[in-house]
Amino acid sequence: MTKTITIDGKTIPFEEGQTIMEAAAAAGVYIPHLCHHPEYAPHGSCKLCSVSVNGRSCTACTFPAMEGQEILNDTRELNDSRRRITQMLFVEGNHLCPGCEKSGNCQLQAVGYYLNMLDNHFLHFFQPRQLDASHPDVLVDRNRCIFCTLCVRASHRDGKDVFAISGRGINKRLIFNSESGLLKDTDLDVNDRAAHICPTGAILIKRTGFTVPIGERLFDDKTIAETSLDYERGNHDG
Amino acid sequence: MTDKVKVATVSLAGCFGCHMSLLDIDERIVQLADQVEFIRSPLTDIKRCTDCDIGLIEGGVCNSENVHTLREFRKHCRILVAVGACAINGGLPNYRNYVPLEECLGESYLDGIGVENPHIPNDPELPLLLDKVYPVHEVVKIDYFLPGCPPAADVFWKFLTDLLEGRDPALPYELIHYD
Repeated sequence: MTKTITIDGKTIPFEEGQTIMEAAAAAGVYIPHLCHHPEYAPHGSCKLCSVSVNGRSCTACTFPAMEGQEILNDTRELNDSRRRITQMLFVEGNHLCPGCEKSGNCQLQAVGYYLNMLDNHFLHFFQPRQLDASHPDVLVDRNRCIFCTLCVRASHRDGKDVFAISGRGINKRLIFNSESGLLKDTDLDVNDRAAHICPTGAILIKRTGFTVPIGERLFDDKTIAETSLDYERGNHDG
Repeated sequence: MTDKVKVATVSLAGCFGCHMSLLDIDERIVQLADQVEFIRSPLTDIKRCTDCDIGLIEGGVCNSENVHTLREFRKHCRILVAVGACAINGGLPNYRNYVPLEECLGESYLDGIGVENPHIPNDPELPLLLDKVYPVHEVVKIDYFLPGCPPAADVFWKFLTDLLEGRDPALPYELIHYD
């Protein structure tokens, strides 16, 4: 007999070893997330995918699906919390969408749209962070980094370990694996998966920013719920 | 005239782009004018804010005059609305927040290329700059936010018609943009 969980009352089958996120995605149920990516080991740091499992708060990307779980996901209370989390990400970094070439393709922005986030609510940190434009093909703007570690995980899979997160609290920052600390002195190649995995505009490919005009971008037509499920389904089919 | 909804608008540290976008509602402004009276606004050139129903704030808070104007709006407007990216997070003027103010002024008025007769402007009529450009919600209580750079004309239309017709204002997905 197929094992099942319920999400918002809907019965969803799962296979042994799947996380709640994986079971949900396979069944076409979107759980908001930023640090989760189906191709990489979960990190559980952004907390956007927090769901209520039998009354207990868990991150869906790390928590295994188990028989009999009653899960709440798309509730007003959880989405209110997710909006607050997203607002915290916006005020912690320096996310100025009108001046960012990732705008329209940015997952942080798209999660904000999905959650009907209209303001940043909190006081802004306005903490300056360094930009590295030294690499011939890739630009890193730390102002937009949300510490999801997707580039760290992807670069590890690339076999290069170009990226790491260093420091704590307000001093936490993305660092590069080179003697000089500059991106140009690392092994990063523009074709590396790590150069393309960033959900925000922190890692950009140079000279490609406006090949697709604003207004015709990913999240102009579709919500992140749709694109995310399209991607995960494509992945499962492939 | 007296039963019309009174609206005040202002551009603080903004570019008037949000005001231009409001005017982009085109002929619907005639319909709006049947229900709304603009009081203090760059559109009427009235300079002081008196008691009104809705205040639309464009731009962030970059100097002492902006603080006074914003507080005057808060005091007189029943509903105060932050309009556009600059009002919401400081917007493009907020790029100066990552450079100390003294360095900003030095670059512009003392050390910059082509500066003649270098001195920091100090006419007493000039409002003093704040250390940073602040979002309006960090200075006064804001009731509603209309994101966008600028918010599309349809955002203004949806918001104002919702309010005028007694609905709780809500923006559909396609009208929410931060750019």
